[in-house]
Amino acid sequence: MKRILVPIKRVVDYNVRIRVKPDGSGVITDGVKMSINPFDEIALEEALRIKEKGLADEVLAVSIGPADCQQQLRTALAMGADRAILVQTDAVVEPLDVARMLRTICDRESIFLAILGKQAIDDDCSQTGQMLAALWGRPQATFASKVEIDGAVARVTREVDAGLETLEIDLPAVITTDLRLNEPRYVKLPDIMKAKKKPLDTVDTASLGVTPVERLKAVKFDPPPQRTKGIMVKDAQELVDALRRKGLA
Amino acid sequence: MNRILIVAEHDGARVNPAIAKCVTCARAIPDAEVTLAVFAADPATVAASAAAIAGVDRVVTVTHAAHANPLAAAIAPQLAELAAGYSHVFGPSTTFGKDLMPRVAALLDSAQVSDLMAVESATRFRRPIYASNAIVTVESSAGAKVVATVRIASFEAAGVSVAPAPIEAAVVSAAPDTHTRFVSVSSARSDRPDLQTAAKVVSGGRALASAENFGILFKLADKMGAAVGASRAAVDAGYAANDMQVGQTGKIIAPQLYLAFGISGAIQHLTGIKDARTIVAVNKDPEAPIFEVADIGLVGDLFQVVPEIERLLDRPG
Repeated sequence: MKRILVPIKRVVDYNVRIRVKPDGSGVITDGVKMSINPFDEIALEEALRIKEKGLADEVLAVSIGPADCQQQLRTALAMGADRAILVQTDAVVEPLDVARMLRTICDRESIFLAILGKQAIDDDCSQTGQMLAALWGRPQATFASKVEIDGAVARVTREVDAGLETLEIDLPAVITTDLRLNEPRYVKLPDIMKAKKKPLDTVDTASLGVTPVERLKAVKFDPPPQRTKGIMVKDAQELVDALRRKGLA
Repeated sequence: MNRILIVAEHDGARVNPAIAKCVTCARAIPDAEVTLAVFAADPATVAASAAAIAGVDRVVTVTHAAHANPLAAAIAPQLAELAAGYSHVFGPSTTFGKDLMPRVAALLDSAQVSDLMAVESATRFRRPIYASNAIVTVESSAGAKVVATVRIASFEAAGVSVAPAPIEAAVVSAAPDTHTRFVSVSSARSDRPDLQTAAKVVSGGRALASAENFGILFKLADKMGAAVGASRAAVDAGYAANDMQVGQTGKIIAPQLYLAFGISGAIQHLTGIKDARTIVAVNKDPEAPIFEVADIGLVGDLFQVVPEIERLLDRPG
């Protein structure tokens, strides 16, 4: 059985305007719309396409977090994942502990490919995929914009600062997705109905042998410094004059 | 004493300009001793450029054929081994550093501070979250090794040293992993300045409407000695190459001057330019959010304004 693992993170929706709580204890998440991390949707889409090409047999979606993560896992099942596991915890789980839990799942589920989003849009850490690859002792191809599976290897094109880099990696391996890898499909109503019948198991962190540890304590949260609105000019001449006054032209 | 090890990203000839910014960050830590580590197939010239950065106390080199092209899988086990005896291990927040450092952190059983933007003490740092819509202060546990990527837009580059730092070859026993092989890299390399470290950046959005039209921005950029960037919308539409994308998921930049043409200013784009000294925006839509952060704004058609600016720059002011 060739099984692909796709971790799913529940995050504040892309379109929500983030505000820091007045007491600096966090950002306001009460009552705001929550969604699948957009990069994880791209990861799931890629896994589904690989399966649809006959190169994998099953797509397993895993989320780590509170009971509400079931919503995002149901969406993942509706998109086409075959089954889902929720590792239920109310603790803050840092990327290293997420990677540890995923590593255990990779072993137990004989994963041949783990596809993750390159970063979560809440903490913007961009760590979990690389950490999983390290703990698993397997290759990583991060920031992927093209993935080709060919037997026991994958050729992955990566978006790097210099342009596009292509790597060849032995499977099993970890791939993290960049924006332009694919465009995730829309979920149709019949798929949502079907997803309700797909298996969603709930386990706890202890069953994966991990007790989440807070290695980096969040001391306080601040709003970012704001830029102030500057001047408006009426034409290119005034614009160039303004640049010259600043010594920039 | 805080002993800080920085992985010196390079192109085979010189260290990346981001490294001089990492050195400034490391120097902000009290009582710091700064070592740069060069992993290369032939490290001599790279090591010399690393040793010339002011504030560097020592350069160590690791020579291996596997480092002809930088691969996280090859460097990580050796960097993790080298990290013994250091209190901090830093890399730049470039795609190289973002790829490598979490792999190193996991091998060291450490957490990672991503995009470190300010040092408050040897264990307390600030970093942006939620596309820079919030800044979190984090404290690492006492005695734990601090692994971090340094947000290069937040630090000035260290200068050139009058007396170069000593260079020594390091002995490491960890073998590079071979399950990952470099195939190729394709880049639209040009004579233009590097987008991530350029003093001036000319940038275009969806309003450019075609890849050909981006040519007018390249022309203006060449006149100004500027790099060229693009919004995600322009890159997604195929008007600009992916490595030109500025924003939350592209490049975070801090030029002296950022000229945005036909960019509306989505929050994810503004994340990438917040640290620019001066932002200039030209947009047809007077309600475009970019005007809220621009130092100089002009409501107008970029296809008229860009050639006019170019013409005016030729005339003495």
